[in-house]
Amino acid sequence: MVETHVLPPGRSGLAVAAGGVVRVLGGKRVLNGVDLQVPASGRVGIVGRSGAGKSTLLSLVAGLAEPDDGGVSVDGETSPAGRLARCALMPQRDCLLPWRSALDNAALALENAGLPRGEARRRAAPLFARLGLAGSEQLRPAKLSGGMRQRVAFLRTLLADKPVLLLDEPFGALDAITRAELQEWLADALATEPRTVLLVTHDVEEALLLCERVLVLGGGRIVAELEVDVTRDAPRREVVTSPAFLELRERALETIG
Amino acid sequence: MRRRWPPLALLAAMIGMWALIVRAAHVPDYLFPTPSSVASSLAGDSGLLGRATLVTMREIVLGYLLAVAVALAIAVVLHFSAALRRALLPLLVLSQTVPTVLLAPILSILLGYGIEPKLIVVAVVCFFPIVVNAVDGLRSADPELIRMMWTLHGDRLSIFRRVELPGALPAIFSGARIAATYAAVGAVFGEWAGSSNGLGFVILQAQPALETARIFAAVLILSTLALCLYALVTVAERLLVPWQPEAHHA
Repeated sequence: MVETHVLPPGRSGLAVAAGGVVRVLGGKRVLNGVDLQVPASGRVGIVGRSGAGKSTLLSLVAGLAEPDDGGVSVDGETSPAGRLARCALMPQRDCLLPWRSALDNAALALENAGLPRGEARRRAAPLFARLGLAGSEQLRPAKLSGGMRQRVAFLRTLLADKPVLLLDEPFGALDAITRAELQEWLADALATEPRTVLLVTHDVEEALLLCERVLVLGGGRIVAELEVDVTRDAPRREVVTSPAFLELRERALETIG
Repeated sequence: MRRRWPPLALLAAMIGMWALIVRAAHVPDYLFPTPSSVASSLAGDSGLLGRATLVTMREIVLGYLLAVAVALAIAVVLHFSAALRRALLPLLVLSQTVPTVLLAPILSILLGYGIEPKLIVVAVVCFFPIVVNAVDGLRSADPELIRMMWTLHGDRLSIFRRVELPGALPAIFSGARIAATYAAVGAVFGEWAGSSNGLGFVILQAQPALETARIFAAVLILSTLALCLYALVTVAERLLVPWQPEAHHA
């Protein structure tokens, strides 16, 4: 069983905090003073054009890179190793290992953490059943559809048992129908396995459907911040066509420009 | 099976042509034997050739295994140390420019007429393609996979074991298949530099006696040994790299 992480109450109750973050890549200030706050167990989306620095920001939060100026903390930890220990990253491409079965791919983080393979499998298996992946445990990635691969990739991220999930365009490579399916699946999965989520996407609708707050990244800064106060209990089609949702979507698209 | 018959048919046609030409031109057997006299040498000298084959096969297999072990060890060390990679890789390339024909007699002087110098010659001939392919294979791991591993409790060792090494296996096997075709030649060079048995030794003895058919028979066996080694490596690849699509296999 994966236990739900109970976050130690950080000094500020924030899972992720970034202040005045600057990152220069190839002489260009990709991030130019980004402020970001994600409350514990909160879900924050970051939208922006391609090349707006969304993935760069996730790398900084994850501790895979350091900002050139400003600071980032995760659960109050500011060192890169400390951040790395608290974040799990789901990249845009599923990055499943072709030589591992779906189950062994999902259990990767458990094996990395030192569990024997059998024990890692035993812990990963219940999630397959719980999240609708039963029957595909033994299949290699080549035998899985794009949607299934992303689901396995998400399970793998979840099973790292880190308090913060960083999702980098998780469904960007999927067709529209599969993407809609997976967005609903992800919402359900996060309802069963709550985590702090930082979701990066260029799909405004996706961010509004999955997050409580959506930030628009443009010109290296956060240019808009939207509270998503629409009800999401109704079927997807009704939600995305409700006036409140459409207005938020319009505002986000306007600020992206 | 279907993929195998075109080369077999071509081979049969070439042997047929060879028989026809040699007979029609009345070439004497000691200059260029007919396929049938090669066959009768295979049957008639089967005791001699059989013993020699066992000796050479031992040299090929053990030398090849030595090459694989040394090559993989070197590749892993080079993979983990950029400094050693810069220092050692040019020297390894240099080692390949030393003609094996010259290396073999030196090794015989140093190590005697036993099996050791032959193993070393086979290993020297075979290790290089494996090292080069393994180093490339290990380094070509997808950087995004490695970033992901770092965020999934991964460390340097788990990244090597779970991402880099399995990912490098197809490249390692490409090198190993090339090396498999060199092993028989290496064993013959080793035997020519000083030996009292083996197929290379049989060839050396048959030459002044103008036993050309026997030379052909020995060469035929050597080719078969090389082919068998290649086939074994291919089988090992299929077992160890089962996720590779079938089309990638030669």
